[in-house]
Amino acid sequence: MEHDIVMRTQGLTKVYTMGKTEVHALQGIDLTIDRGEMIAIVGASGSGKSTLMNIIGCLDYPTSGTYYLDGVHLENLSRNELADIRNSKIGFVFQGFNLLSRTTALENVELPLLYDRSKRKIAIRKTAEEALERVGLGDRMDHEPNELSGGQQQRVAIARALVTNPSILLADEPTGNLDSKTSVEVLTLFQELHSQGMTVLLITHESDVAHCTQRIIELRDGKIIHDKHIQQEMADMTTSTEAPASLDPDLDS
Amino acid sequence: MKGSTLIKIASQSILKNKMRTMLTMLGIVIGVGAVIVMVAIGQGAQSQIQEQINTLGTNMIVVTPGSSRQGGVSRGAQSYNRLTIKDSEKIKRESLFVSAVSPVVFSRTQVIGGQGNWRTTINGVSTDYQIIRNWDMKYGRFFDQSELRQMRRVMVLGHTVAENLFPDEDPVGLTVQVRNVPVEIIGVLEPKGQTASGNDQDDVVFAPYTTVQTRLSGWSRIFQILASTPSSRDIPAAQEEIRAIMRESHGISRFAEDGFTVRNQNDLAEAEQGTTEVMTLLLAAIASISLLVGGIGIMNIMLVSVTERTREIGIRMAIGARGRDVLTQFLVESIVMSVLGGLIGIGIGFAGSSILSQLTGWNTVTSPTTIMIALAFSAGVGIFFGFYPARKAAALNPIEALRHE
Repeated sequence: MEHDIVMRTQGLTKVYTMGKTEVHALQGIDLTIDRGEMIAIVGASGSGKSTLMNIIGCLDYPTSGTYYLDGVHLENLSRNELADIRNSKIGFVFQGFNLLSRTTALENVELPLLYDRSKRKIAIRKTAEEALERVGLGDRMDHEPNELSGGQQQRVAIARALVTNPSILLADEPTGNLDSKTSVEVLTLFQELHSQGMTVLLITHESDVAHCTQRIIELRDGKIIHDKHIQQEMADMTTSTEAPASLDPDLDS
Repeated sequence: MKGSTLIKIASQSILKNKMRTMLTMLGIVIGVGAVIVMVAIGQGAQSQIQEQINTLGTNMIVVTPGSSRQGGVSRGAQSYNRLTIKDSEKIKRESLFVSAVSPVVFSRTQVIGGQGNWRTTINGVSTDYQIIRNWDMKYGRFFDQSELRQMRRVMVLGHTVAENLFPDEDPVGLTVQVRNVPVEIIGVLEPKGQTASGNDQDDVVFAPYTTVQTRLSGWSRIFQILASTPSSRDIPAAQEEIRAIMRESHGISRFAEDGFTVRNQNDLAEAEQGTTEVMTLLLAAIASISLLVGGIGIMNIMLVSVTERTREIGIRMAIGARGRDVLTQFLVESIVMSVLGGLIGIGIGFAGSSILSQLTGWNTVTSPTTIMIALAFSAGVGIFFGFYPARKAAALNPIEALRHE
């Protein structure tokens, strides 16, 4: 298959200055991701994976290095331009779901479309409904986050990330707040999206989660120390979670 | 983002905290309500004065002796020229703009008759006086030209005098004594009420100036000459014309001062209008302070809201909101709150003014202009006091905002 590069960084560094000490959070990251890959970035805390995710997610600027994302070189972009990139090319899924409270699932999913500046005509409601149906919550659209289980909330968050049809789905510890059974469901959903062609980047410290991807990148002290592709069969397994096989993974309640 | 979406989002987050929103709005409600009531009282007083000014007469011009110079050194009473009947006649004869002219001779005196006696002012005037003052008769008639020429002892009573000497009675045809001279009452005027400064305009009697000068007082000086024009447009021209006629009549040299004053009724009223305008402004200024306090309340709550919703701001930024979107959202929230408060305040202000005028009998005026100004003001308060918190929200770093607990 022809390599279709969706994202590439070269010599990415990030230095935080805290008083007189400089913290080198990233020390030269060269990373290339093809369209349709499903990747896990792993590393202990302090390894720089959050910093990397913030830069990939256009929430932060690198100190040096180049970053190319789906046709756009992201050096020297203004705050506003970065906001527009986040809106159109990146879908975020957070550990803590980060849904707006007292706002229905549908309205949460509509939100990114309200900030769309591409001037394309979008049927906001219809697109949001489709995204919710895609994550299996077609019957929960009018529910507010406090009426939904953790797994359902995370699926609303995934629908919100999907709704703008981003170039890359960035998930930061997406199963960190979920029990093992629900984690399986959510990871299965990511695998489904991957199989439909979505580029998925998981950031995790759990090796179980990492092993349901095709490629694992390990960071330590701001550098990539391992970048290994996993066998296809392994990736297709829904990980070796401890969840008993008898439990129905579709349970919502 | 579309405007309607913005307002919808703002309304949603305002409604999430109903109690807090209501209390915050209360500041604006009270502020706007107070401004409206205060302005209503002030404008009520102004309109009352305007009404009283209108009772003075229609398009009235007053000529008085003495200099009216405002700047520089006045030579005081010495600089005045006496007014004469000739002046009055000359104005009547020569002026193109003036349609009615009357000299006025005053005399304080006792009028005896009917139920007793009454001290009042006798005004010696001409037949035009009734036209100038636009004063209708209650009983009888005003005196006419022949009575004026023949210095007849006839008299028209002001309403107050008639009420005191002849209560509940039509005195036309009866006789009163003035300085031991019997005078026939030929009419009673309709009441005009008080002037702005509280003088009773009806505590007066009128007689031909010829009669007053020759028979009812030893005093023949003319205190003022009143004139009027058919239309208010002619007043400035008429004033200039009267001035020219007077200067000619008194042979005043080109560079000398007039020595007399020509004013119209608005000039007369200006001082009192000025006073109430100052009062209205003062009342509005005091009331505005409460609006200011309300605005500070909004700012306070918006700052709390920004802190509380830091995470929400982070989420919105992560999914693509620009700083400006966040700024607008919070600004719209504070404007919606203040305008809503303003609208309620207008309602309360209107109700308050009408209750107040019923309780106290004060005249209050609420105009569409007041509403527009009050609305604009409350929106302005929302923008002014909402801007700082909104800017603070917009300047948040998305990463830190997302981490915020």
